[in-house]
Amino acid sequence: MLQINNLHCELEDDSEVKILKGLSLTINAGEVHAIMGPNGSGKSTLSYVLSGRDGYTVTDGSATLEGADLLEMEPEERAAAGLFLAFQYPVEIPGVGNMTFLRTAVNAQRKARGEEELSAGDFLKLVRAKAKELQIDADMLKRPVNVGFSGGEKKRNEILQMAMLEPKMCILDETDSGLDVDAMKLVSDGVNALRDAGRSFLVITHYQRLLNHIKPDVVHIMSEGRIIKTGGPELALEVEENGYADLLAEAAA
Amino acid sequence: MMPRAKLKAQKVEAAGALLAGRELPAGGAWITKARTAAAARVASMGLPSKRDEYWRYTDPRRLTAPAPEAAKLHVTDDEAPLFDGFDRLKLVFVDGVFDAQASDALALPGVEICTLADAARTDLHWARDLFGALEARGQAPVERSLASLNTAHATEGLLIRITATPPKPIALVYRRANLAGDAMVHHVIRVEGGAEATILENGPMAARFNQVTEVDIADGATLHHIRAQGRDHERAGITHLFAKLGAGAQLKSFTLSANGALVRNEAVIWLDGAEGSAHIAGATVGDGAFHHDDTVFVTHGAPRCESRQVFKKVLRHGAVGVFQGKILVDQIAQLTDGYQISQSLLLDEDAQFLAKPELEIYADDVKCSHGSTSGEIDHNQLFYLRARGVPEDRAKMLLVLAFLSEALEEIADPAYADDLRDRLESWFKRRS
Repeated sequence: MLQINNLHCELEDDSEVKILKGLSLTINAGEVHAIMGPNGSGKSTLSYVLSGRDGYTVTDGSATLEGADLLEMEPEERAAAGLFLAFQYPVEIPGVGNMTFLRTAVNAQRKARGEEELSAGDFLKLVRAKAKELQIDADMLKRPVNVGFSGGEKKRNEILQMAMLEPKMCILDETDSGLDVDAMKLVSDGVNALRDAGRSFLVITHYQRLLNHIKPDVVHIMSEGRIIKTGGPELALEVEENGYADLLAEAAA
Repeated sequence: MMPRAKLKAQKVEAAGALLAGRELPAGGAWITKARTAAAARVASMGLPSKRDEYWRYTDPRRLTAPAPEAAKLHVTDDEAPLFDGFDRLKLVFVDGVFDAQASDALALPGVEICTLADAARTDLHWARDLFGALEARGQAPVERSLASLNTAHATEGLLIRITATPPKPIALVYRRANLAGDAMVHHVIRVEGGAEATILENGPMAARFNQVTEVDIADGATLHHIRAQGRDHERAGITHLFAKLGAGAQLKSFTLSANGALVRNEAVIWLDGAEGSAHIAGATVGDGAFHHDDTVFVTHGAPRCESRQVFKKVLRHGAVGVFQGKILVDQIAQLTDGYQISQSLLLDEDAQFLAKPELEIYADDVKCSHGSTSGEIDHNQLFYLRARGVPEDRAKMLLVLAFLSEALEEIADPAYADDLRDRLESWFKRRS
């Protein structure tokens, strides 16, 4: 599904600041991978580079989604190809209704893929059903995108977008940050409901806690722009117990 | 800097030159009195000059020149005329001249309408207490002599008296036929106590236009005013809206301005009675050779009134937007709630926004705020939309329309706002 090879990147404005330094990662269809790592290891940057945010220059390496070169595509093309980033800090857009935003996004992707746009009626039915599962009420759908939403509401809204867009490759960037226990359960249930043999996930998190809810197949530890260790779910437990220090020392040795 | 006396002398001289040999239009006693007084005001104030503080950001020379510059006629057959879908009383002006043939009959339940030309022939008319009177009141503390010029010389316009809530809106439709039309139109609108009416204005008035609208909204009455100033690029014009509101009266005025080489819309509002409410809003989109000026002066002259000024401008390719907005709160106007926001979205580095927000408050228990911002499209918002699959052009348009929506939301009836929003969307689509 997602294949990242020896990826290097630096800040566009300051080529002295190298962030990814030879990151490689392969996620097969249907797998859930988690990336953990200390602050500043480049986890969020990886999500931005994959989704096409400005501000970074890729200097080496490659990233492909089902064989297609992601790095050559505009952000909207990546989305239409099936990539989805659940933002760590979902953006507020005053003046754009949540429903309008969702319908515009769904239909733009369908159009880009040469599919027929959803009728207003079909769209409404679909969004209502999915919103209900995430306990998103009619008012949240009517309000401007993320404006005045609580932290939990914003994250639920991200998962609603994911459910509506049905991407193949979902990247969750610290989706657990700012969530209380109940909200984390709700969000995790939303993610788990989307788990599917044809859909893969990359879960970026600081804490093992989220991984109790969204059970990963593979756990990677990231430091200084590279994956330094890969293992099973037990690796996350090890981090939870001992912190990163031992792993970092081991990698440095 | 030029001494005041010298500037004044130049302005007066310019007025004299412009009016030399121009006779006041013939008319009945009431209007002749008003016109004569207005002509005297022009003679003593002189014409506005770029050196006037009030004209610092907008050069009035195209408006004061003896003859108008020609302006290409803009073909707009790519979309149905605005508000066409609404049941309305349609009154048409061509190059600022009332066209009875193209208009509906001047009859609507609850409304008395008469053309200025017809009223001018009578010796006595209900409008005598308003015609030129509100304009004269609007000459202090700032001189607006182009409005006096209009009172003195306008022969076209409508006098509309609303005695009871009419069943449909009154739509003033402006069309152009002449490359170098020079229109002077003067409307008077009185809304009697408790009545509620909607006035729609749409279209380009002329290659050059000078419009005055005097509005008197009696106690408990409401006027909705929704205006769109056409799509032609080379026109130049000035409009003045003078409105006084009685106790509990409401005014909601919205203007959409797209294109136009030079347009200045002035609104002068007096909240004379307690608990009045005035909302003045505007959405402006300019691309290229475009200069648009919103100049607003709201006076709170009674307690517990509310006023809002909401102006949004989207500018690019050298377009210039100006906002001068003032809230004046008299000593008597306790518990005033005044709000003013002017914002511009500059789509490139060539566009320019000049803002002068002002508060002058003499009462001690008031709530007044003003803000003015200038910025570009938010990159985080743009990326968020694109990351969800919305193509860049479409994402930008969504954000631009979202930016303008705060002004559109000042329109009470969403059906009109939706129609205007569609026009704005088309405007951007034509340019992307």
